[in-house]
Amino acid sequence: MARLSADRRHVVRFTLNGQPISAEAEPRMLLTDFLRHTIGLTGTHVGCEHGVCGACTIQIDGSPARACLTLAVQVEGASLRTVEDLAPEAGRLSILQAAFRRHHALQCGFCTAGILMSLDAYLRDQADPRERELREFLSGHLCRCTGYVPIIAAALDAARLLREEAGRA
Amino acid sequence: MKPPRLDYVRASTLAEAHAVLAAEGADARVIAGGQTLVPMLSMRLARPRVLVDIMRLGELGRMDETDGHIRVGAGVRQAELLAWPQLAARQPMLAAALPWVGHAQTRNRGTVCGSIAHADPSAELPLVLVALEGSVTLSTRWRQRTVAAAQFFQGLMSTARRDDELIAAVSFPAARSGHGYAFCEFGRRHGDFAIVACAAVVTRSSTRLAVGGVADRPLARNWDGLSDDNLDDALNEFAYDLEARGDMHATARFRRDLVRRMGRETIGEARRWLA
Repeated sequence: MARLSADRRHVVRFTLNGQPISAEAEPRMLLTDFLRHTIGLTGTHVGCEHGVCGACTIQIDGSPARACLTLAVQVEGASLRTVEDLAPEAGRLSILQAAFRRHHALQCGFCTAGILMSLDAYLRDQADPRERELREFLSGHLCRCTGYVPIIAAALDAARLLREEAGRA
Repeated sequence: MKPPRLDYVRASTLAEAHAVLAAEGADARVIAGGQTLVPMLSMRLARPRVLVDIMRLGELGRMDETDGHIRVGAGVRQAELLAWPQLAARQPMLAAALPWVGHAQTRNRGTVCGSIAHADPSAELPLVLVALEGSVTLSTRWRQRTVAAAQFFQGLMSTARRDDELIAAVSFPAARSGHGYAFCEFGRRHGDFAIVACAAVVTRSSTRLAVGGVADRPLARNWDGLSDDNLDDALNEFAYDLEARGDMHATARFRRDLVRRMGRETIGEARRWLA
């Protein structure tokens, strides 16, 4: 039985954006703080810190999840993906990211990383989403700038482009 | 908004999880998906000395249907149950209620049993468990017992679970022929806790309505041969008996009104399902 004591930090091993990671965390450390402060990837944002706003959404084993509702020690052995992994290479945006830019789907950008990570997973499963389904899915994210209309437009446009790309492949 | 200092046990056998609960009692908390517990830790509403992570225990991660019951193990995530292809056919009330539980992003981690364990009076899954007259299986290293939903939920976030017990599984009765089922919820925004939620089970001669979000736990009432003429009176009486209280989300009077209206709607939908 592995009992990790509160008094010290413990090694947590997992995969992050395709790379094996081994880093130390106290049992009480939230995954958000672990990613930002220990690993140094600050693309994952911390908003409400109790699971309501969606800013910290990342992918855990391929599914969107709140990093702030997860302890670092819980992801031992898991595969994590954060917003840093979306762009195919430096200086180039993914299809979804480029659609956000074209449609002005962000203003201050605080909510964007979480929304991108949710939509990236969603569009993988739902190639041709209906607007109503998208709105329901995005109810797990708060955006105080855009009013959501350009976010929906960007998501629908990205879905179309991803379908075209899949058709060519 | 950070969790308090605590030990963390990654249980690799059920016996280990039971041993920690037996040794530490109320100072230990089981963590599964953590979608309710982690924010409670962050807000310091819960201050356990040790967390027991049960998500590596394969025997708790199973769900199956036997003898007309859908048994969901403690490690089964809400999204897994929702993705079960037979869910809508085997228990339409569960299929209707699950999309109202949090958001897709929290259902990917949160477990069915975790929501039952937390026993929030306005949560959907406890309401469904009460409406369907399901049960909760509790285990220690030495014994196992099954508690009916109506006895399990004892008040505001309080349950019949003893400090050394682990919720091993919950059991939802599957749909039976001659029964109609419906679920209906009212909240300010999708994904918020319900202000009022209703779940109905009807047959040609009986009506059962369970209501969440009003009393300190989900409560149900049965009527025999309830006709359309006396439905409103019956619902009005039930609405008052639930002893609604006003809070920042809704007044007591508004909640009673929702019980009357949504109760009628939900029962109507369940009866249409029968037809």
